[in-house]
Amino acid sequence: MTKVYPTAAAALDGLLRDNLMIAAGGFGLCGIPELLIAAIRDSGVKGLTVASNNAGVDGFGLGQLLETRQVRKMISSYVGENAEFMRQYLSGELELEFNPQGTLAERMRAGGAGIPGFYTKTGVGTVIAEGKEHHDFDGHTYILERGIVADLAIVKAWKADPSGNLVFRKTARNFNVPAATCGRVCVAEVEEIVPLGSLDPDMIHLPGIYVHRLVQGTHEKRIEQRTVRKRESV
Amino acid sequence: MWDRNQIAARAAKELQDGTYVNLGIGIPTLVSNYIPPGVNVTLQSENGMLGMGPFPFEGEEDPDLINAGKQTITELPQTAYFDSAQSFAMIRGGKIAMAILGAMEVSEAGDLANWMIPGKLVKGMGGAMDLVAGVGRVVVVMDHTSKHGESKVLKACTLPLTGKAVVNRIITNLGVLDVVPGGLKIVELADGVSEAELRAATEGTIVG
Repeated sequence: MTKVYPTAAAALDGLLRDNLMIAAGGFGLCGIPELLIAAIRDSGVKGLTVASNNAGVDGFGLGQLLETRQVRKMISSYVGENAEFMRQYLSGELELEFNPQGTLAERMRAGGAGIPGFYTKTGVGTVIAEGKEHHDFDGHTYILERGIVADLAIVKAWKADPSGNLVFRKTARNFNVPAATCGRVCVAEVEEIVPLGSLDPDMIHLPGIYVHRLVQGTHEKRIEQRTVRKRESV
Repeated sequence: MWDRNQIAARAAKELQDGTYVNLGIGIPTLVSNYIPPGVNVTLQSENGMLGMGPFPFEGEEDPDLINAGKQTITELPQTAYFDSAQSFAMIRGGKIAMAILGAMEVSEAGDLANWMIPGKLVKGMGGAMDLVAGVGRVVVVMDHTSKHGESKVLKACTLPLTGKAVVNRIITNLGVLDVVPGGLKIVELADGVSEAELRAATEGTIVG
């Protein structure tokens, strides 16, 4: 049995249905599973709940699933880059649950680690804490947050071996690790699938046990904010 | 009165040698331009990096290497990368000595509001709630008053909070204030600003 599939659509075959909950990796447009997002768009599934730190931009990343109205609800920490998101949210077409960024990451990590809930100081005394169980430990107040277990996790890595071991590159790791672990099924897209034995076992960022399906592809890797400095003239 | 760069330069004096620090977006980002000589700090970027370097030279931008503001950046010899859960574990776990953040409002009790204006576009809190809850010391940099001249250093915040009783020091265009029991204590006046002017621009209680 192989984990390697020829296309993103093939890698998602049999996994997609309406009203699915999906956890997606990426921060901004960095390290997003762009091929899998495009394949989900093309599949036409609707009513999706997507846990992702951001919601892409207009026309790219998760922004594509918003344009086609395939998303019912987003669980995110920051959605400021997406005008279509704002339009749908303000008109009531799209549900939004704001999570503090670290709470969202830990909800995914906990869900993947078999931990149904955890206490955190983050958000105490704010709207985030409303309706949540409060508990004092050692003189500090914490709130209970729930782990997330998603029906499907979609992530993007740099390299994989055929067993699903993943290596990420620079800050493109971000939410990909916690998102991958919280999926009942995880599909990973990578820039390169290398032969077994060519990744150093000491340098694996995410062990293949978390990754069920793999697809290799070419990524656009769009830059959101291109900032540069001038070379000093010598 | 201090301008944006002078506020950033004053905030840079808060940095302690050998510490790990998180700088927010806006004026806080400028702080990295004024790190005093001999002070070695490691900048954390909450999207998963310690040891943030400067912007890349033109043509050397890497889409896999960005900061929390989604700007292209570079790495340093001591740089380490990690995932978002690990990143916020070090933030929540108190390993980051200080965060320097922008603010819309601060209260005399150290409450901070910097993520949401009801009825206006809501973008999200990002990592700000985690940072103020977890880091050792929170320094806020901001303009002392709004464009309409209303104080942003208040008895109580009017906007939804990012954190309650989390701010330690406030650095504005008019000076430096510490949050102390009972209210705010004047630490320093900006160039050409009198104590009377600072007091007049501050709605929150000034003690001492």
